[in-house]
Amino acid sequence: MITKRIIPCLDVKDGRVVKGVNFKSLSDVNDPVELASFYSDCGADELVFYDITASAEGRQLFTDILQKVASTVFIPLTVGGGINTVADFDRVLKSGADKVSVNSGAIRNPELIREAARLYGSQCVVISADVKRVDGIFRVFSKGGREQTDLEAIEWIKRCVDMGAGEVVLNSIDTDGVKKGFDLEMLEAVCNAVNVPVIASGGAGCMNDFVELFKKVPRVDAGLAASVFHFGEIAIADLKAELKKNDIRVRI
Amino acid sequence: MIAIVDYGVGNLFSLRSSFKAIGADAVFTSDEKIIKSADKILLPGVGAFEDAAKKLRDTGLSEVVVSQVKEGKPLLGICLGMQLLFERSFEFGCHEGLGLIPGDIVPFEGKIDKSLKIPEIGWNQLTLNKVSPLYKDFTGGEFVYFVHSYYAECDKNYVSAFSEYDVVFPASVEYENVFGCQFHPEKSGKTGLKILENFCKAGETL
Repeated sequence: MITKRIIPCLDVKDGRVVKGVNFKSLSDVNDPVELASFYSDCGADELVFYDITASAEGRQLFTDILQKVASTVFIPLTVGGGINTVADFDRVLKSGADKVSVNSGAIRNPELIREAARLYGSQCVVISADVKRVDGIFRVFSKGGREQTDLEAIEWIKRCVDMGAGEVVLNSIDTDGVKKGFDLEMLEAVCNAVNVPVIASGGAGCMNDFVELFKKVPRVDAGLAASVFHFGEIAIADLKAELKKNDIRVRI
Repeated sequence: MIAIVDYGVGNLFSLRSSFKAIGADAVFTSDEKIIKSADKILLPGVGAFEDAAKKLRDTGLSEVVVSQVKEGKPLLGICLGMQLLFERSFEFGCHEGLGLIPGDIVPFEGKIDKSLKIPEIGWNQLTLNKVSPLYKDFTGGEFVYFVHSYYAECDKNYVSAFSEYDVVFPASVEYENVFGCQFHPEKSGKTGLKILENFCKAGETL
């Protein structure tokens, strides 16, 4: 049977990993290539790269970096950030990405999902949704969580899956950064609505948050986090040992 | 030299990087002459069976691959490239494959618990079923990365390793000089690279 996946997420700006990373064993903690192989060696099941660059030069730099990472790390790579067109899909897939995650680009133009799924297959189209409770309703936010949309999250995610998205990353704005655990209620609602893999994001503060996640919402396929891994608060090897101890299947 | 058949299906970046990483002499090609002069052939593939089978036929490469294999050249098919080696696939209808391994490609749908997701995406374990050059020094239990909605149904003597997703299915097959992996060795970390390396080195042991 397949295992639950643990996925570190790296934000890359102008070719460098941002959000202070704190590993004594690395000579250059902001080098995406070095960090990617570090995570791969300590048991990460997959890596997500978000390109938060705005400039065209930054984009080129990101593409170069992605090629370098994909040439040295042989686990699945997902790329997101600034994906607005099929040409963007093409650019990152040709540079070694296995999956491409869309967020604001799909909100602006939902047909992007259908078109990308037709061209590259559903397995490489990931819908990433930033969701926050507004008056008791799960609302989708765009532009990195800054802008509220009219979209109701469960309906939106279902629609994206119907159009061909093969995986969902659910980032709860309500729990993001709070470090008190994943948004189990929101995840449960999404898992009940779709039959494609769901990746939980936002809220991991300690190893037990991952245990709770997989125990309480068993249909969740993966847990994604950034700072707890980058700051060394949770070592992936320890996390996997802890999950295994709690009878959760992991790759060790 | 290993000829990796480029017939316009799927992204070959990772395979290219993998062969570079293990230092193997691999050429991506759609040239009949290169395929004929190669020591081994690798057939990649991602996407829909019908479309890939058609591309392989339209380019004339299916005939080349089949005749080379029948002359005894080792072939490794990966993911859809493995499925194409069988006689038939029931993905959206019934489509003919290369017929190099007796058996069919069938869907998970209807065979596994409804709560399980299709495609199977993620890391799953190998249960070795016979001695295979691909698994030299393997003990079983190794994890490899899968993305698929269909699997092979064939004689268990052709299966080199099984995996389980509610049903037990062939993770890899081996029939005479024909090898196939349902999983993606190029995405399966060090385990996957080892499998590719073993295929490259398999010459002496075949």
